[in-house]
Amino acid sequence: MMTHDAMTATEQPSAQGRLDFRRKTRGTIPRGLAFLAVMVVFALLTIILGSIILGGFGTISWEFITHPPEQGMEAGGIFPAIFGTVALVFLMIIAAVPVGVFTAIYLQEYTRPDSLGTRLIRVAVNNLAGVPSIVFGLFGLGFFIAFIGGGIDAVFFPAQGPVWGQPAIIWAALTLALLTLPVVIVSTEEALRTIPRELKEASLALGGTKLQTIRRITIPQATPGILTGAILAVSRGAGEVAPIMFTGAAYYLPYLPTKLNDQFMELGYHIYVMATQSPDVEATKPILYGTVLVLMILTVALNSVAILIRSRMRKRRVQV
Amino acid sequence: MQLMIPERERMARSRMEQPQYKMTVNGLDFFYGDAQALFGINLNIPVNRVSALIGPSGCGKSTFLRALNRMNETIPATRITGKILLDGRDIYREFDDPSQVRTRVGMVFQKSNPFPKSIFDNVAYGLRVNGIKDKNLIVEVVEESLVRAALWEEVKDKLDHSALTLSGGQQQRLCIARALAIRPEVVLMDEPASALDPISTSKIEDLIGVLRQDYTIVIVTHNMQQAARVSDRTAFFYEGRLIEDGPTKEIFTRPQKKKTEDYITGRFG
Repeated sequence: MMTHDAMTATEQPSAQGRLDFRRKTRGTIPRGLAFLAVMVVFALLTIILGSIILGGFGTISWEFITHPPEQGMEAGGIFPAIFGTVALVFLMIIAAVPVGVFTAIYLQEYTRPDSLGTRLIRVAVNNLAGVPSIVFGLFGLGFFIAFIGGGIDAVFFPAQGPVWGQPAIIWAALTLALLTLPVVIVSTEEALRTIPRELKEASLALGGTKLQTIRRITIPQATPGILTGAILAVSRGAGEVAPIMFTGAAYYLPYLPTKLNDQFMELGYHIYVMATQSPDVEATKPILYGTVLVLMILTVALNSVAILIRSRMRKRRVQV
Repeated sequence: MQLMIPERERMARSRMEQPQYKMTVNGLDFFYGDAQALFGINLNIPVNRVSALIGPSGCGKSTFLRALNRMNETIPATRITGKILLDGRDIYREFDDPSQVRTRVGMVFQKSNPFPKSIFDNVAYGLRVNGIKDKNLIVEVVEESLVRAALWEEVKDKLDHSALTLSGGQQQRLCIARALAIRPEVVLMDEPASALDPISTSKIEDLIGVLRQDYTIVIVTHNMQQAARVSDRTAFFYEGRLIEDGPTKEIFTRPQKKKTEDYITGRFG
């Protein structure tokens, strides 16, 4: 001990010197790297957005967004793909939000947070979020189309060809709903967790049952959070191509989907098709740019609608 | 006929062995997981009186209060043994559902916790969850409850305003009105004035003095002057045990136990 103390005592000046030297660099290098990283991200974003807007802006016209493709996609518009994308996203939300919200309510309100079952469900949800989207596509093909759709056909339509056991917008929407389910569950749980315990206790103390408390206090309070989940689900789901390419998206359709078991065109898939399957890539290029721009605008628009609804609800909640 | 029944019941009750007690607690033990928080509590709560529960932080007085309306059940991994009787009926075994107990044993919390709804809807909430749909009746009971909680004059012109626009003291009186609306027989109050300024506090204390004519009140307080001012009986809790209980005057002037004396004279706590 004695020698150690003595050593540090004699070495102290030089150690102090080194520390001073380090302190000078510690500020500048990481800051420079951080700035560089920000610039890289900013530059990439500018290049991507800039080239899409420059390339696509000229293509967009009233004709382009209201007409179907023509001449092997080298001319005409993309209306069926816009319609299909919007329909797909709405069906997905209708499927994903109730299931996700009820799962979150069950996890948060009806199970003990530390129980084995709850932890297993949480691990499953988190893993669901990590599964590659192409795997969801294959799962949708195997489970929804072959198993469920095929099952419905075998029981109700044995004499006909496939009615439900074929790619369709409903199966694509359900596959996409599976993909976005974790997002809805996690953000709903987050919202439920922030609701003050005092409010739930007040309801229970007035003779409210657990169910009444959830229905009248918990869910209304969590609505903005639930909508946030829906917004994130739209962002995640709109534009995903892999889950729908086996389950319902069509290369080209002359009609719009009118029934749940119709196939449909979708913007993301349409982009993929035009970029890889077109006989004349140069001729489709302007249309390709325009389609990408429309997809981006559509995603932003769908998000904005949800954000608008949420802020309306927040305002109402504060006023009342 | 409707009026005759309570009369007859009261007569019958007065012939029973302990007619003056609204609630009776026998050998109550309470556990959070493996940690025991209450040890063999025996306490009688007299009807139409104010009973104060005092003691240092963590002595179990709030836990005991929350056992009286089965509120502790909302906390996972808790366990209770012993008996709590409400008019002779075991609240843990002879009621099907905790909500049935809670409509008869109301509660006011330490932190005022109005719902983020209108003043009217706050008071009407308890009626609605208990299946009252008659709009005129709801309006009538809301007014009556706000009058009883001494808040009516201040809010009668803005019943549709958010409850969150009220001051802290008003919010707490709103919570009292909300608790009274479902016509409880017992009102539990968990340090109802601890977060309020002196003027609001004295309003709440005055209110307790009026309410005791119609309700049985159990109040937890860490403020001994408050216990002395508002209560008829006082129970002193220490480390999960009931050390002593009796008429408030006697507890504060001639405590029987050394621990009680040390606490009320401020030697610890």
